[in-house]
Amino acid sequence: MPVEAPPGDAPVGETESEGASEVATPGLERQAERAKARQGFLLGLPTIIYLFIFFIIPLGFVVAYSFATRTRSGRTELRDFNLDAYARLGDDIIMTVAWRSLWMSVVTTIICLILAYPLAYFISTRTPAVRNMMLVGVMIPFWSNFLIRTYAWRVLLDSDGLVTQAFEAIGLGDGRILFTSNAVILGLVYGYLPFMVLPLYAAIERIDWSLVEGARDLYASGWAAFRRVVWPLSRPGVIAGSMLVFVPSFGAYVTPAILGGNKEGLLGSYIVLQFLSARNGPVGSAVSVVVLAVMLISTLIYFRSGGKNL
Amino acid sequence: MNETTNGMRPAVELAGVVKRFGDRSGTEVTAVDHVDLTITDGEFFSLLGPSGCGKTTTLRMVAGLELPTAGSIRIHGEEMGLRPPNKRPVNTVFQSYALFPHMTVAANVGFGLEMRKVPQSERRELVDWAIELVEMGSMAHRKPTQLSGGQQQRVALARALVNRPEVLLLDEPLGALDLKLRHQMQHELKNLQREVGITFVYVTHDQEEAVTMSDRIGVMHDGKLLQVDTPEAIYERPTTRFVADFIGQTNFLEATVAGADEVVLANGDRLRLASDHDAGSAVAVTVRPERLTVHRRGEAPTDRHTVDGRVETVTYLGNAVIYGIGVDWMHLEVRCPATLAGDRREVGDDITVSFEPEHAAVVTG
Repeated sequence: MPVEAPPGDAPVGETESEGASEVATPGLERQAERAKARQGFLLGLPTIIYLFIFFIIPLGFVVAYSFATRTRSGRTELRDFNLDAYARLGDDIIMTVAWRSLWMSVVTTIICLILAYPLAYFISTRTPAVRNMMLVGVMIPFWSNFLIRTYAWRVLLDSDGLVTQAFEAIGLGDGRILFTSNAVILGLVYGYLPFMVLPLYAAIERIDWSLVEGARDLYASGWAAFRRVVWPLSRPGVIAGSMLVFVPSFGAYVTPAILGGNKEGLLGSYIVLQFLSARNGPVGSAVSVVVLAVMLISTLIYFRSGGKNL
Repeated sequence: MNETTNGMRPAVELAGVVKRFGDRSGTEVTAVDHVDLTITDGEFFSLLGPSGCGKTTTLRMVAGLELPTAGSIRIHGEEMGLRPPNKRPVNTVFQSYALFPHMTVAANVGFGLEMRKVPQSERRELVDWAIELVEMGSMAHRKPTQLSGGQQQRVALARALVNRPEVLLLDEPLGALDLKLRHQMQHELKNLQREVGITFVYVTHDQEEAVTMSDRIGVMHDGKLLQVDTPEAIYERPTTRFVADFIGQTNFLEATVAGADEVVLANGDRLRLASDHDAGSAVAVTVRPERLTVHRRGEAPTDRHTVDGRVETVTYLGNAVIYGIGVDWMHLEVRCPATLAGDRREVGDDITVSFEPEHAAVVTG
């Protein structure tokens, strides 16, 4: 250990100035800190009020509803709190929808990762000017409404749509995938791909390329250098991107509703169905609570695994 | 001393090596310009030059991190051609160290062996040896971010040395360390090189560092290798103005070559100095400040070369005195061991400066 000895007379000077500041400012420091904290709270107050009214309270209602009683007429009444709704969660229909939601969002996440990683890698190895242009390209879809873009897919995937006809023209068999789970996954991948690309790009762009040179110099092949250096160092991006794709896919409503028809409903559609058609508020709320819990746990896992830049 | 059983076997040979970098606008920069160089086995060789002179690019071409535009690079007689870095018998210590932040010190050091599929038990032994070699035994399980700059430097060194490369390439490895630590590491590096007997190719812009550590130095400027020689020869007998100026302080006396062993100074004085330049070519005579002696006017010994002048400045440095001497056609600096004030020349004194002929060198450029 290198010893960094201060010059011999330094401690004397230090003690003196410390003593002086203690006498001159009794408690002033603490007062200033408190004032700063108060200021921060005041600045955040409007948002805190907004979130409390429109987010915390409704969320409380959802949780309360999930324990509430449903009358014969289909009204939800906040009395005789019970676990009936949660008992229904094991029903075949709910389990089927839940599993379908889970595997579809997992498949969507994996496809997004496979598609986005090479792209993000490519972008982050370009010159800064090209990089920015390509990043703008990735974000272009956000310039128009998600709902409209999903409807556009419906047109493209229609039996006489462009995609369907192209599929048949090049002999890939029946191109009619509209209202199947494939169409839903296609729509989800399309919708959430940018959310995978951007964090991956941010993570890969930060990697010090001399580390790759270091690995190559230490006898690593190009592939080994990727596997042992680039991939582990881009992991925060992989986790962040996967979170950003998995969580909204799991609760997706618009995409399965438009591209999946009624057959391929996911949890989002099921919740809507419970509230609007079946008029079963408690069950809808219970499913919502479970979905929220899954998302919360995924997020916690993400933070636990060292990701900081969501 | 080194165990140079194979005598003067060349470790690295560069022949006509050129590297050009092109940018999009079409302008080409020649980073390395026809470099020919032979580095002997077991030697500590430094490539010295200011930043942007092409020394790092040269090193990177030996490592395989950059491919030459033209020319040939051989390592122990084997042509490297387009061989990727992982297939070359060299290892590099990078300026930024390039330690893997997600691996422990031991994993970093063992990386090269792992890539070469050295069996685990043997690997552990070698890693222990290398970590002990750089005195980092107690830090083996730390991550690089938990180490100081000097410690990271040692790990980078161990990570390269553990592979027992035929040639170790070092790219300004001490550049990020503070002065005191740098001096200490210079000694350690030199000792380490003697101990392991591996050829070191060391890139630096610090002339003092190169002079202290190297067996031989190659001075680079604008992509060209100007002079390759021992530190002493580079200092005492530079062949170009750039080398004379870059290595330490010096004086230049403008001159013209008169014959095989005579030059004429700008004031008409004739000096007996051998040079292999054609008669009539413009050159400069360089003499180090500490090789000059100041005498009272007319008291200089006759067997030395002399120039008359007048003291313009006197700078007392404690252990030395620097005289700034005005000669009617130029300015000289003389460094003398400090004498007592009464024995010192004063500003305005008319004096004579003298030097031994063998302490002067003829330079061009």
